[in-house]
Amino acid sequence: MKMNHEISLGLSLLTLWLLLSGLYTALLVSLGLASVVLVVYLANRMDVVDREGHPFHLKLMSIFGYWAWLLKEIVLANLDVSRRILHPDLPISPSIVRIQCTQPDDLGKVIYANSITLTPGTVSLEVDERGIEVHALSKEAAETLKKGEMDRRVTEMSTL
Amino acid sequence: MNILAELLAYACLVSGAFFVIVGAIGVIRMPEFYTRLHAASVTETLGSILVIAGLVLLAGFSLVSVKLLMVLLFILFTSCTAVHALAKAAIHGGLMPETDDDD
Repeated sequence: MKMNHEISLGLSLLTLWLLLSGLYTALLVSLGLASVVLVVYLANRMDVVDREGHPFHLKLMSIFGYWAWLLKEIVLANLDVSRRILHPDLPISPSIVRIQCTQPDDLGKVIYANSITLTPGTVSLEVDERGIEVHALSKEAAETLKKGEMDRRVTEMSTL
Repeated sequence: MNILAELLAYACLVSGAFFVIVGAIGVIRMPEFYTRLHAASVTETLGSILVIAGLVLLAGFSLVSVKLLMVLLFILFTSCTAVHALAKAAIHGGLMPETDDDD
């Protein structure tokens, strides 16, 4: 199981190196290969090559589907927050709400909490076993989050 | 260079700049720390997405575009973590958010 993660880490580092370099002479490619091997060795010694550090168990297609949905949510939330900023009366009603989260593991909770923070109008303050404490700029933003569509989508993605 | 792609690129850059400025105005207008965080996140999400989308359209189909998209991905991954760290540090430092809880 661990071997799989090492191979997958090596391959993604190699792809990253090839895309960033753009120069493909024998010397440079072998130097790149050497650094990939070194990094995988060091990561292995640091014991960070695992399911959380390199989560290839998430289904690739569902990640892109989730990103597309999240992008739409980010654009809508941005327009709402921008409208509030530019409105002469500054119509904000900050509140703190507790959101239930149904993800089975820590990785799912991290994805959920980061998605909440990434959407303007909501920032996650504390994450623990049962839920996430969220600071919301407006009552509407808090209500949208309470409906739990984001929670459902993240759980769908992070369960095997 | 396709004239349509170029026009679209400049539209993206100008609207991206607009949202960066809106974020800055928000940071000035908001009353306290936590609400300012929300205003700042307009700059780092839609602002950076639109600016980088415009640059990708200008660069065309090349390695440069791939690098630009990587930059965007890293901005989006790290900025939300940074904002969460700021908010958590403020809470632990004893700065309580002002809320209007009338319910």
